[in-house]
Amino acid sequence: MIEVRNISVGYYGLQVVSEVSFRVETGKIVFLLGANGAGKTTILKTLNGTLKPYSGEILLEGKPLQQLSRRQIAKKIAVVAQESETKFPVTVLEFVLAGRFANTAFFAWDTDEDLQIALECLKLCDLDGYSNRLMNQLSGGERQRAVLARALATQARILLLDEPTNNLDLSHQISIFKLVRQRCKNCLSSAVVVTHDVNLASEFADEIILLKNGRILAQGEPSVVLTEKNLCLTFDVNVLLDTNPVTKHPRVTLMYDTG
Amino acid sequence: MKSAIETKDRRGTFYLKPSKFGLVLIVAFMLSVIFAVFLGSEKLHFSHLTPLQKQILFEIRIPRVLLGIFVGASLALSGAGLQALLRNPLAEPYLLGVSSGAALGTIISFALSFNSDISRSLFAFLGASLATFSVYNMAKSKTGMSIERLALSGIIVTTLLSSIIVLLTSLLDSTKLRSFTFWLLGDLSQATRHAFLFVLIVCSIGLLVLLSQARALNLMMIGEKDAFDFGVEVARVKLLVFITSSALVGVSVAASGSIGYVGLVVPHLVRLVVGSDNRYVLPFSALTGAIFVVFADTLARILIPPRELPVGAITAIIGAPMFIYLLKRT
Repeated sequence: MIEVRNISVGYYGLQVVSEVSFRVETGKIVFLLGANGAGKTTILKTLNGTLKPYSGEILLEGKPLQQLSRRQIAKKIAVVAQESETKFPVTVLEFVLAGRFANTAFFAWDTDEDLQIALECLKLCDLDGYSNRLMNQLSGGERQRAVLARALATQARILLLDEPTNNLDLSHQISIFKLVRQRCKNCLSSAVVVTHDVNLASEFADEIILLKNGRILAQGEPSVVLTEKNLCLTFDVNVLLDTNPVTKHPRVTLMYDTG
Repeated sequence: MKSAIETKDRRGTFYLKPSKFGLVLIVAFMLSVIFAVFLGSEKLHFSHLTPLQKQILFEIRIPRVLLGIFVGASLALSGAGLQALLRNPLAEPYLLGVSSGAALGTIISFALSFNSDISRSLFAFLGASLATFSVYNMAKSKTGMSIERLALSGIIVTTLLSSIIVLLTSLLDSTKLRSFTFWLLGDLSQATRHAFLFVLIVCSIGLLVLLSQARALNLMMIGEKDAFDFGVEVARVKLLVFITSSALVGVSVAASGSIGYVGLVVPHLVRLVVGSDNRYVLPFSALTGAIFVVFADTLARILIPPRELPVGAITAIIGAPMFIYLLKRT
């Protein structure tokens, strides 16, 4: 469980996010939606301690984030971000095993358990048999899945996902969110997701937070938050809202003329 | 406990099991030491040694080989550490100006008439640290650290320090000058019986410190942000590795001048064989670095006897083409 209490945060003294509060209950997935520069990634960075809030505080399982060490935070929060490319020949298995860092002692070697966890996470992310491939030989989508596998390998209870579906084909977009959802249900973990895909958010979110210029415009269940008016205010586009005939969740269609 | 790495066969690398590679290295190490001790302008036969030959063996050859071992290990370790830290397989103490910083420190210590091993090493360490921090801060930009920026910063720091060194050495008298130019290119001939001890101590501590950070460096190698996200105290690891690398280069340069390219060639070869896990790369680099410098120094002694080449010239002749190859590949 993570609770954000009235935080304001920014870069180099320039405030990007103002007075944002929300809580992510155990087992829930919260989506942050908003236009470019609305402060979504900034909030994620604050949640794992990369940025320190100017005011307000973040409670991780009841404890202020500021009082925890890097290691303690990393044990509880795993991040799926855009992966930085490495110039070294790192294999997929080594990459995923690196996710176990916070769980093992200094001089320790990888145990059978670490290896087991890593292989399992590779399997979950549909990377069976990729163990010995080099990271820089993978396609963008495969790399993105390796990044997710590494985050899962931490066995952290909270997942922060920054545009996890970038580079992913349609079926993997769905399977990744299914995986995250299952994980939240089974392992009693929770997730905060930043994405631009409103329809995926509608399908998989327990709660959606709409951000506009660093402030919360609306928050709540998808069916409540996803209204034509809210979306128009958030993204500055006209949308058509109806119901997905299969899942019965709100479905968003962009309205524009192609001329 | 079984290591994950043992079950691997990498694509695109000449993969050997770490245990086998370790064995190969130990054999190569022993051979290079034996050759280094018995080859030279005065050939020694183990079975019958004259008193003079005994003196050559114990007073000159063995101390020199021992110094070569620990200087090689230190330089290779420092290269491996800096590369992981700077996320750049081309980082090398000699090319980044760290060695020049250490050389300047040594010369200043000399000029101030502080002539003990410890004071020279200390000054060299300070010079190396100063050079490391300057290069790092010059190369760092808001968008990260590109190879180009790093290389350029290295060149700027190296040329600046080199000109100061030239200025200082030109103030020295001419006999000292010749030994200095030789020493600047890397020279193990000044090895005394105890010179290696100090390098041995710093090298061992350095190896332990870097090994304790090996897993953090595995993450740093992928990205500073990744490392931070997964629980590495980035600032602390950086400082620790910078200081350790500077100390390793400092004592090596103080003892034997700037032997270049060891930190570049050695970790690269090791990674080709065992992959990028720093828990293997660091110790194997230390061993391979020792072999490389001892081998290069033996060549330097036997190529045109009785004259000697600076060992740094040999390592550069091997290392520079390798650098070009790596530059083309990345």
